[in-house]
Amino acid sequence: MAVDTPSQSVVKAAGDSVARGRSRGTGKPRGAAKRSLSTHWYAWAMVAPVTVVIAVIIGYPLVRGIYLSLTDANERNVARSIGVNEIPATYEFVGLDNYADALTGSQFLSTLGWTLLWTVSCVSVTFALGLTLANILNRRIAGRSFYRLLLILPWAVPGFVSVFAWRFLYNQDNGLLNKILAGGGIDAVPWLNDPTWAKFSVILVNVWLGVPFMMVALLGGLQSIPGELYEAAEMDGASAWQRFKHITMPGLSSVSTTVILLSTIWTFNMFPVIFLLTRGGPGEATQILVTQAYKFSFEVSPRDFAQSSTWGVLILVLLMLFAAVYRRVLRKQGEVW
Amino acid sequence: MTTTTTPPTRRAAAPSHRAVPNAPIRGRRSPLASVALHVTLIVASVIAVFPVLWVLLTSLKPAKYAITTDFFKETTLENYTNLLNDTPFLTWFANSLLVAGLTTVIGVFISATTGYAVSRFRFPGKRGLMWTLLITQMFPVAVLIVPIYNIMASMGLLNQPVGLVVTYLTIAVPFCAWMMKGFFDTIPREIDESGYVDGLTPFGTFWRLILPLAKPGIAVTAFYSFITAWGEVAYASAFMVGDENLTLAGGLQKFVNQYGAQWGPMAAASVLIAVPAALVFLFAQKHLVTGMSAGAVKG
Repeated sequence: MAVDTPSQSVVKAAGDSVARGRSRGTGKPRGAAKRSLSTHWYAWAMVAPVTVVIAVIIGYPLVRGIYLSLTDANERNVARSIGVNEIPATYEFVGLDNYADALTGSQFLSTLGWTLLWTVSCVSVTFALGLTLANILNRRIAGRSFYRLLLILPWAVPGFVSVFAWRFLYNQDNGLLNKILAGGGIDAVPWLNDPTWAKFSVILVNVWLGVPFMMVALLGGLQSIPGELYEAAEMDGASAWQRFKHITMPGLSSVSTTVILLSTIWTFNMFPVIFLLTRGGPGEATQILVTQAYKFSFEVSPRDFAQSSTWGVLILVLLMLFAAVYRRVLRKQGEVW
Repeated sequence: MTTTTTPPTRRAAAPSHRAVPNAPIRGRRSPLASVALHVTLIVASVIAVFPVLWVLLTSLKPAKYAITTDFFKETTLENYTNLLNDTPFLTWFANSLLVAGLTTVIGVFISATTGYAVSRFRFPGKRGLMWTLLITQMFPVAVLIVPIYNIMASMGLLNQPVGLVVTYLTIAVPFCAWMMKGFFDTIPREIDESGYVDGLTPFGTFWRLILPLAKPGIAVTAFYSFITAWGEVAYASAFMVGDENLTLAGGLQKFVNQYGAQWGPMAAASVLIAVPAALVFLFAQKHLVTGMSAGAVKG
């Protein structure tokens, strides 16, 4: 587990930096610690609220979740109170059994397969559209700020409202999309009722929700590329494509890597879109890992906390592996954060 | 005459060109290309706006026509009056406003201090903190929700706005702190140094000198925190029970179950829910691009 709880990492890093002599303390360990405190207390005080909140609200639940994933806890055997009677917990430690079950069973792997497809298609389509629109908006074009305002709108509307709007449009019998298709003589499409169409529909909605963020971030990146570079390239006779490839793309690399990382993480864990649009259905066709884990602890009977935690921990491990690999690749390219 | 007037126009074009650094030089684009660009933008804008607009139109139709596709049929406000008179919508609205408002104010403040510390000071734990902020965003709701529920229960914070605010802070602050850090990185350090020379404490420097310069960053952070808190569903429906405690996300779901899926009132509620978000958005959108760019480019 590579997760540092903040307090641990503070202590550990403090030790590291003293050992490497990075902080100003150069003397004996005890004096160094004291000096380190007097040098850094401002910084620590400023990050303290965030650290405390994260430690309590994220750190503890995480530890607890990992523990539950090693037990057979479910609704029937956890500590609970019925009326005045307190029933103590009777669940048992089962080691890695849950993980073995999840990784050898077909349910986890097939859900993972769809989750990966969902993440890759959402992020790549969102990025491509965001990049296109950002490039257009970065040109001198009449009504630029008006277009920008309209294009950012999906971001400003609360997610559950937009998802509601889409369900309304997708409605098989009365939805506007099918009415339009019928006008063109095309049969009604079962947007949310057919497994394949449902997959397409949820991706479409998520792309719709995600493009504004991508576009705004990339637009910011584009505006930070000095115009002189383009002028010089034009002087040298570079074509539009060459300018895009050799100036725009490298200029955007740092913002792109950040937004792709964030957007991958967010999409992988995108709970509301799936939950509110299809609840994972039809069948389990659009169930991604997060919604399935939620289902285990809230919707099946008896509520299976152990299974849910196991899936949750696996999600976390997968994402951390991804972030670590991603970061290593970036580091090779000379980006450091 | 022509020889004297030409240079000024060129010069006049130059500064505005600088304001939009990468725009191609004026007049280079063919009319056809312009049309293509406008068409692309118009299509994209229509797709972006349409679902929202459709809900607005639906909310103005009598409930019985709600799922028809007639655009304007007996425009009426009855959905709104029913919603406000017959349901606790206003209570939910006030609850949401309180939760989102507190999350925004506290979130902006603590992500600004964190971002500033990470940007300006070199302190033990900095790298660990940056990593924690990133990793925190990977935590799936599903793992956290049950343990957080237990914590809130044991601290007596269930059904209290404070419980939701604290939870939302853990969602909003990591990203915001990252973005503020990037933004502070773009503010020259000389300004801090001048503050120290004038005898300000590090916090005084931050508060009096740097924060006022960071307005675009703050606008983005505030926007993000507000939207996060305003639109969150999972925690809100798990933590808050009882009609008078619900926030909008939970309230709306209850409303669907209780009265059957009545599209008309649902649409009206959606419109009213979108209004505060849109207001915050209007206020922040001027700064979104600059704020995000600084944050994300350097982030």
